[in-house]
Amino acid sequence: MYVALLVLWELSVHTFAVPSWILPAPTLIAATARSWAPDLIYNSYITIAETLVGFLLALVLSLPLAIMIAFTVVLRQLLYPILLALQSIPKVALAPLVILWLGVGTAPKVVVVILVSFFPILVNVVAGLEAVPKPMLDLMHSLKASEAAIFRRVRAPFATPYLFTGCKIAITFAVIGAVIGEFVAAQEGLGYMIIISTAQSLTPLAFAAIILLTFISIGFFYAVEFLERRFVTWHL
Amino acid sequence: MKHVGAAWQQSSPTAESASTAEQSRNDAPLIELSNVSKYFGELRALGPIDLAIAGASFVSIVGPSGCGKSTLLRLISGLDRPSEGRLQRYGADLDGPSRQVGIMFQDHVLLPWASLLENVMLPADVFPLPRAAALERARWLLELTGLKDFADHKPHMLSGGMKQRAAFCRALLPDPELLLLDEPFGALDALSREELSLELSRLWQDLARTAILITHDIEEAILLGDRLIVMSQRPGRILLDIRIDLPRPRDVDTAKRQRFLEIKQMARDLIFRRKQA
Repeated sequence: MYVALLVLWELSVHTFAVPSWILPAPTLIAATARSWAPDLIYNSYITIAETLVGFLLALVLSLPLAIMIAFTVVLRQLLYPILLALQSIPKVALAPLVILWLGVGTAPKVVVVILVSFFPILVNVVAGLEAVPKPMLDLMHSLKASEAAIFRRVRAPFATPYLFTGCKIAITFAVIGAVIGEFVAAQEGLGYMIIISTAQSLTPLAFAAIILLTFISIGFFYAVEFLERRFVTWHL
Repeated sequence: MKHVGAAWQQSSPTAESASTAEQSRNDAPLIELSNVSKYFGELRALGPIDLAIAGASFVSIVGPSGCGKSTLLRLISGLDRPSEGRLQRYGADLDGPSRQVGIMFQDHVLLPWASLLENVMLPADVFPLPRAAALERARWLLELTGLKDFADHKPHMLSGGMKQRAAFCRALLPDPELLLLDEPFGALDALSREELSLELSRLWQDLARTAILITHDIEEAILLGDRLIVMSQRPGRILLDIRIDLPRPRDVDTAKRQRFLEIKQMARDLIFRRKQA
């Protein structure tokens, strides 16, 4: 199926004589990718690193925040509107400001990644902590379990699948976040490569970078799913 | 099979079990309700109810759906407070759940991420109880209920009856002096229901503790209980409170006895006459 689509693409480009700066043929993209391989690999590494660091920081930030929001009414009323407002601002609009404040290094990209990816994790974990069925809580209360014990034995395991759902959404956003950061100001990364190569009409290289980004995104998604299958081996 | 008791209760009595042992020496009933009512908003769901339950008996409470019998059990368990009246355990006011009371809920409420053994061990982990002794008792209970080979299975791999058996083991692990059963067979099909209720009744007799069973099934109530309490439509009150003078052990044939049928008819008449009125 996929192969047939590629063949169709290749044939149409040749049949209709489409210029390579508009739509390059798959073979041309492959050839370009091969000759630019060292640059593509280096810049992939940069983008992967930004994505991963930002995602992990988002995870570290959102987990305690989610627990605080789920357990304290005041914090929930205080923090949720702020977080919601932050989430409602398009991150593309924030990216130039972040760059302005933090310069052109790696830090602003990581910050953009955190901004786009922490919200889905937070919302899902809060939902998971609060979705614990009442009978399970009754059971724990009947055993006179402390809130800490209820958290450890029931709420945390119950919220784990929700956490993974949030992570799966967040990790794909995280890749987008890294690219947005690189679009605004960067000297390296796949987003930077896309900007530079399209500016110089090196469309086949831009395509190669885009395809790599897609694979990175899919790779991350399946990595999270793999971990999910390792950790969540139960059904309701 | 060797009876594996709750070793911690003899060798190292916890503060709670020591105090209840002391309390049980006076004559106060295990559970006593005086003029107890429960309102949800303006609506009276239950009562007023006066009821005393002595130790070492099996009390069946039967009533139509929505009569507040589950509410009654939640009050006795300490999970809910009565709106009016007094609820006492061994003559002391009840202030919340007790670790001397085990509950078996309508739904098995097994933790889906934990194995059967881990689920049965939950009370031991929470309290906590001495691990080695608790583990020995958990394995013994699983063997008694025919679940020995499934100790490492997760709940979703088991049938409804097996899950309820596991929930029974969990409730019994700390060797509670009172077991509360809230329609524990309600979610099962008719065949497993009868089989399981008789099986648990036999286990019950061996373990000799106090139990309160809530059910809407009159036959089940009579088959299992030493004492039958019939409740009215909402707001639930006690219509009938009699001793079930049928010999033990009971089996499927018990349900054919003349006395069984008499009690059943009496309970039915009361419930239905009230319904029409």
